[in-house]
Amino acid sequence: MIAEAGLAALWLAASLSLLQLFLGAAALRPGGEALLRIVRPVAVAQGLLAGLAFLMLIWLFLRTDLSVQLVAANSHSMKPWLYKFAGAWGNHEGSMLLWVTVLAVAGGFVALLERRLPQKTLIATLAAQATIGLGFYAFLLFASNPFTRLFPVPAEGNGLNPLLQDPGLAFHPPTLYFGYVGISVAFSFAVGALITRDVGPAFARAMRPWVLGAWIFLTLGITAGSYWAYYELGWGGWWFWDPVENASLMPWLAATALLHSVTVLATRDGLRAWTIMLAVVAFSMSMIGTFLVRSGILTSVHAFAVDPRRGAFILVLLLLYIGGALALYGLRVGTVKEGSKFDFLSREGALVANNLLITVILGVVFVGTTYPLITEALGTKISVGPPYFNAAAGPVALILVAIMGAGPLLRWRRDDLSKLAGRIAIPALLGGAILLALVLLAPGLRVLPLLGLTLAIAVGVASVAPLWGRNLRRTPLFTWGMVIAHLGVAVALAGMASESAFTKETLVAARPGQAVRVGPYTVRFDGVDPIAGPNWTAIEATLTAWRGEGGARFEMRPQARMFSSPPTPTSEAAIQTMLDGQLYIAIGEADEQGRWQLRLWWKPFVTLIWLGGALVAFGGLLSLIGRLRRERKIRPESADELQEALA
Amino acid sequence: MKPKNQRLVLIVLALAAVGGAVLLAMSAMRDQAAFFYAPADVARRGQPPGDRAVRIGGMVKPGSLRRHPDGVTIDFLVGDETVHTIRVRYTGITPDLFRENSGVVAEGRFQPNGLFIASEILAKHDENYMPPQAAGERHKSETLR
Repeated sequence: MIAEAGLAALWLAASLSLLQLFLGAAALRPGGEALLRIVRPVAVAQGLLAGLAFLMLIWLFLRTDLSVQLVAANSHSMKPWLYKFAGAWGNHEGSMLLWVTVLAVAGGFVALLERRLPQKTLIATLAAQATIGLGFYAFLLFASNPFTRLFPVPAEGNGLNPLLQDPGLAFHPPTLYFGYVGISVAFSFAVGALITRDVGPAFARAMRPWVLGAWIFLTLGITAGSYWAYYELGWGGWWFWDPVENASLMPWLAATALLHSVTVLATRDGLRAWTIMLAVVAFSMSMIGTFLVRSGILTSVHAFAVDPRRGAFILVLLLLYIGGALALYGLRVGTVKEGSKFDFLSREGALVANNLLITVILGVVFVGTTYPLITEALGTKISVGPPYFNAAAGPVALILVAIMGAGPLLRWRRDDLSKLAGRIAIPALLGGAILLALVLLAPGLRVLPLLGLTLAIAVGVASVAPLWGRNLRRTPLFTWGMVIAHLGVAVALAGMASESAFTKETLVAARPGQAVRVGPYTVRFDGVDPIAGPNWTAIEATLTAWRGEGGARFEMRPQARMFSSPPTPTSEAAIQTMLDGQLYIAIGEADEQGRWQLRLWWKPFVTLIWLGGALVAFGGLLSLIGRLRRERKIRPESADELQEALA
Repeated sequence: MKPKNQRLVLIVLALAAVGGAVLLAMSAMRDQAAFFYAPADVARRGQPPGDRAVRIGGMVKPGSLRRHPDGVTIDFLVGDETVHTIRVRYTGITPDLFRENSGVVAEGRFQPNGLFIASEILAKHDENYMPPQAAGERHKSETLR
């Protein structure tokens, strides 16, 4: 009955989204004002029903109800409960249900909470939201039903891919989905504003929290995914330029650009048409991300289904939505008035430079991700990997970071070059000194890591410069947010450059008792033992490590695991975090002579990468709280209330 | 400058950014993209020059896997549905699901003597995952069934 209840809730939610679309469209016509008040409750009910369907699915997974096909195919009664729970979205159908649930719940929140927008724009926004939802409801109900029953009922389920049996599964997919879907809400706002021809600062202030929220979640999701891949895959890398990673990076880049341009629109009433365009691009990127990951066009641990019909379905949805958005943009952009003007040397100018450079990086990543898919369809297989992305996107990213350091030190509207030079003198001189020191003390560094380290330190200092000479108590929270987010970028860049420049690696086949050196550490291989977990067995190596000559000793235990269902070997690296880096050890196979393959890395300051990512997200959160509090304090009368008062 | 002109400048800049991105991408692609070769391709088109990273793929030939005395270097043959094979050498820990008679993709460079020095090995990720290039036609027929 649980599965049927879930399916019924899903159908009802889908019908309500259709109703929401029609009511919204009717309410916008002359004489349809009476319908305005119905649309909000409908959107809230739709969110509740989708949430209910999702809870039903989780319940089925927690009970391991094997009469449901999805549970039988992806779960197992012996699985730890956390993975039963998170396993609900560790498969194609469940993850699509999560997608649509987040979308519907977000729509419900917009309907419930949004008070700044004129009523008509809000209704148009909800109608746009319903249109997006409808496509995904159709996809779920017609091509990916998560509640299909299975007969005869199998005695046991197939289990979950062991690579996904990690606490990361409970965190990484939902955060990314919140991000994707948050962007779709921002996009719906843009569509609403285009429909009612109401693009201006009020609209930007209403859209900004959603962009900011989506961007925080994307930042967290990407950071978490990167660390997960780093410790789970045992290859010692933190970013592989894998297409599924790019699928999350592209919406993040677009959202970052949008976040900065929406600030110009909200504060200075500039970049109107451009901001709307970015909202369209950001939404398109999150749709393309969903398509790349969920269509099965890419085979990876993320792509659960390899069913060409599903791929075609998502592709059609993708083309309809992006085409529709672009068409609406083309039709209505002429009615968007020019914003206020500004000098090129100004805060706005720096934000425009940010947007343009991010556009270039986005273009490079987009071409690198999609070009191989296109050539493969035409019969030539090529692989585009890190060498391409680092060479093409790396230098542009460094310029972007440099501008990020200077931008917040510029004034709005117009500024003076000599004054700017005075403000950035200290970080620039510091950067020069660091560059000189690195060239002299660490010769042979490659250009990108060298410039990366230099910029990271100089920009790190420059990013806190906006706080100098200010009364810190009275500095608004969103300024703190900006400073911390920018500092986070510099911190992450320092980690990336340090990891790339100074990593030491040792690969050996070692006998028990043998000691090897990696970086400043000596590591002694003590031997291996068989051990067992709840649904796996493993060979666990014991190693004793110490730093320098007489450093404190500590043990590290990497494992080679064998999961029972499905039978899959995985490698569990042992990672020891120090203040100045991580020691990372993975174990391979044994040979006939009783030697075990060991791969050891010393990665100085690698943790800064994810610490930086977390700082960026935390800065975003402070900004969000700061903006919301500020707006509560000085809430302008909304246009509707004014109209009602006049009438 | 009037607001209208400023908008025009911004549009031109945005188009230049997109155009620049495509140019940058294309030039980097020419230098950095790795082409994919199956053993039959190497036999037919000849070996790609050794200064270029390429990918090869196929099945690890049963009985061909040999370990060097250092314990971390292996040699093996990669074959496809034809009689041709490529000899591959790799130093490192192989992926969890790398084994004989299983699909594999290797990235690296050809030596003048025909040996392929792999810098990276990709194998099946799990039961359901196989690099599409490794599986080739067999994979296609499976997915379309």
